[in-house]
Amino acid sequence: MIRSPFGSVIVTRTCSMLIPLVQIFALYVLFFGQYGPGGGFVAGVMVAASIVVGLIVFGREGVSGQRASSVLAGDGTGLILYVAIGGACMIGGGEFLNYSDAPVPGVPPPYRRYLGILLTQVGVAADVAVAAVSIVFSLSRSGARGGSDG
Amino acid sequence: MNISFELPLLALLVLTAGAAILVKDLISAVLLLGSYSFFMALVWAWLGSADVAFVEAVVGAGLATVLFLLTLFRTAPEDTRIKRPRPPLVALVALPLLAFLLLYAARDIPSFGDPLSPANAHVSPEYLENSLAETKSPNAVAAVLMDYRSIDTLIETVVVFTSGVACWLLLRRDAE
Repeated sequence: MIRSPFGSVIVTRTCSMLIPLVQIFALYVLFFGQYGPGGGFVAGVMVAASIVVGLIVFGREGVSGQRASSVLAGDGTGLILYVAIGGACMIGGGEFLNYSDAPVPGVPPPYRRYLGILLTQVGVAADVAVAAVSIVFSLSRSGARGGSDG
Repeated sequence: MNISFELPLLALLVLTAGAAILVKDLISAVLLLGSYSFFMALVWAWLGSADVAFVEAVVGAGLATVLFLLTLFRTAPEDTRIKRPRPPLVALVALPLLAFLLLYAARDIPSFGDPLSPANAHVSPEYLENSLAETKSPNAVAAVLMDYRSIDTLIETVVVFTSGVACWLLLRRDAE
């Protein structure tokens, strides 16, 4: 159902300006999550939303379609990052996901936990973004049943 | 609490929810659900939970609407109208009874913001008092979500990952 280029100058120009803004705002939400509302889940969904908008407006065969399908290659990396940080805490001699035992030399435990929160949020954001784009890709795949514009 | 803000919000919530159920066209129902999510985000913001409001606006009103629409376009391209049979007599009797029971039970819910309610008296004070010193994160929600309750969040992330993989596995056959 996702057609290649949308055909409207207004829509394509607006989206080509809006999509980078949304992505920058998603980064802000991700790294500002410890100071205000936001965090990994919302940032991941916002990145996914910007990619999906690009997919709908510019089509699957365009540059953003290629970019979106390259995002799918990252399936599971967010989860691996999250689990790896938990494992690093065990290597440091503590419990799984107890960031104060993470092997970061020269950093007191509260700041280790700060770092742990930040990095696991990056993992969550990557995981959510890839999962959302992957679901949209699966749903919008060509050859839909009975779809005339599939 | 400001009645002049709450009552219109409640009215809009009930209106959009009822309209989403009663409307004849599925695409209209999806869009009404999206607006319902926006009003719900306003409610969360009004209750002081900015994080939940943010998620509701982005996920409920944004992503879920897109997913519903894509599913609709994929499954029923020609006719998305629905014909509803009349509700059976049992439902007309049982549902008001259920509503009455729920309202009756709702009287036991502690009032909003009660510091002595079980939810606020058990571990919340500890998180609120210690999270800034222990994790250097001014946003206590992020500290609870990613540090104190980290394994819960890990499992949530696994669920999201599984949903993406499951969608791909279920829908891939059509492409071939």
